[in-house]
Amino acid sequence: MPDHLLLEAAAPPDVYGVLGEFPSADQLVEAARLAHEAGYRRMDAYSPFPVHGLAEALGARATRLSFVVLLGGITGGVLGYLLQYYCVVVSYPLNIGGRPYHTWPSFIPITFEMTILGAALAAVFGMLALNGLPRPHHPLFAVPEFNQASHSRFFLCLEARDPHFDLDRSQEFLTHAGATYITIVES
Amino acid sequence: MSQAQADQRSPDAATPVIAPGHTIASISDKISAIVLTRGTARGWWIGFGISLFFVNVFMVAATYLIATGIGIWGNNIPVAWGVGILNFVWWIGIGHAGTLISAILLLLNQSWRTSINRFAEAMTLFAVACAGLYPLLHLGRVWVFYWLLPYPSTMGVWPQFRSALVWDVFAVSTYMTVSFLFWFVGLIPDLATLRDRSHSRVGRVIYGFLAMGWRGSARHWKRFEVAYLLLAGVATPLVVSVHTVVSFDFATSIEPGWHTTIFPPYFVAGAIYSGFAMVLTLAIPLRAAYGLQDFITMRHLENMAKVMLATALMVAYGYMCEAFFGWYSANTYEEYVVHNRFAGPYRIAYFTLIACNVIIPQLLWIRAVRIQPVVLWIIAIICNVGMWLERFVIIVISLHRDFLPSSWDMYYPTFWDYATFAGTLGLFFFLLFLFIRFLPMISIFEMRELVHRTEEDHA
Repeated sequence: MPDHLLLEAAAPPDVYGVLGEFPSADQLVEAARLAHEAGYRRMDAYSPFPVHGLAEALGARATRLSFVVLLGGITGGVLGYLLQYYCVVVSYPLNIGGRPYHTWPSFIPITFEMTILGAALAAVFGMLALNGLPRPHHPLFAVPEFNQASHSRFFLCLEARDPHFDLDRSQEFLTHAGATYITIVES
Repeated sequence: MSQAQADQRSPDAATPVIAPGHTIASISDKISAIVLTRGTARGWWIGFGISLFFVNVFMVAATYLIATGIGIWGNNIPVAWGVGILNFVWWIGIGHAGTLISAILLLLNQSWRTSINRFAEAMTLFAVACAGLYPLLHLGRVWVFYWLLPYPSTMGVWPQFRSALVWDVFAVSTYMTVSFLFWFVGLIPDLATLRDRSHSRVGRVIYGFLAMGWRGSARHWKRFEVAYLLLAGVATPLVVSVHTVVSFDFATSIEPGWHTTIFPPYFVAGAIYSGFAMVLTLAIPLRAAYGLQDFITMRHLENMAKVMLATALMVAYGYMCEAFFGWYSANTYEEYVVHNRFAGPYRIAYFTLIACNVIIPQLLWIRAVRIQPVVLWIIAIICNVGMWLERFVIIVISLHRDFLPSSWDMYYPTFWDYATFAGTLGLFFFLLFLFIRFLPMISIFEMRELVHRTEEDHA
């Protein structure tokens, strides 16, 4: 992997990245935008609530989650209908006064519920899987100040695996971008 | 239109959704402190103790029922569905307000929902758990409950998918699952806050385990928001479908008084009505006990009162329709059901129901009543009683005198019916007490977002 080779050259192997703290959500978005302009790609921003425009400023692509949810819903609905069809028409057809076996209107409520169930499960487990959670440990958790990311503070982390990363220049960059506190994160 | 502008235009401008002066840090501190540092109040122990006692009442009632059979309950032919199914419908209905607040109001961009959605969702979850117990106990042989599910059994048979009762199994279990997922997903960022702020090792380990390594990454937040919005999107039709399917249990039968097309919308409106009544019943004492008047403001109480009034009017329309259908059907049995409600042996239940659900809620037209927490709380309790009676009227009055006068009979709930009901009330409050002690009852990250947006609007 070329990224890896560049990393070896630019940073000591035990560094995960440099972390900078910013005083507000707006300044964090601005810093993320600057970092993206400066060519940083392997980086992430951390905030105590969803900040609009932050992921876009980092250059994150549109998420595929909605597509996953659509697939989950369709799968649930189709399986729900087929289940009923199989049970009532194929496996155990029950002749009630010559009425048809394939009574589709009475299959609709369960098909509907199964569609919802499939979509909801896909939304939750899809979100967790795409986010790489659960993840019990992460290098950032070793930074004492980082526990404020879930309280009231805003952070930007430039990661060492970025080909653009340089321990000194990246720290300098964060200072220029307005970081009030900078620390090196060990991996 | 931003929220601040909306506030200025609305007559409620004087009562904001969050008291002024709060910052992102003060919100995080105040809400997490309830769980982490404020300790256990004496009032909590008393409430918890009382509810634990009733959980034990439930245990005794359920054990006796399982050991003996459902003959210990008052239901028999002709009233085969007694207080057991009544309570099932009542509890399920209460659950609906939680999903309505968290999902529908989210989609409608109603920012006032933020401080009440978390515990309304928890209320939903616990109410559905209580509801689910009744059909299980009503089976009599609860140990074969899995016969309700389609699995390839050695008997070679399947559930009857053309029956509304099987639809109900799917609707209620889906509702339970989706409510849990919605509640838990919303909790993940707050669990991370508790993990990071907990001073004890046990707290850090447990909250850390449940937070699953959440670290507030911008990419994660983005997917989180998409997931949350889509969950709200699927929960909205779900909540409407659940009480619709519950009403199908009645409406698809040929029982006089049940076989009407008004049932699905009328049940859903009644569910929202009783749910909001229960949210008010819980929110008013909670905000006083934990000093949350800054977050659950008069605006919240007033808005909920307005929703209650609107749904009470819909329910009143339902009662009118039922009476009209009875007359317009020109069917002896349908006509008799209406007559039997007005003048039969259970007429007191019917007129109390009309008083509780139609007449008393009219007080909510008056603003002075809506902004008086104690009065509002009493009205909310009355509404809960009214909805319980509504289900009694629907189930018992229809069943006890239907087609053949020779099989008419009276129905009286027994001690064990009431003990089971008191037991599930205890279970509900037991779970709720545990919830408010160990989890943040107000969504911290959504409150931070609300503060942030308010600050932006003022800037």
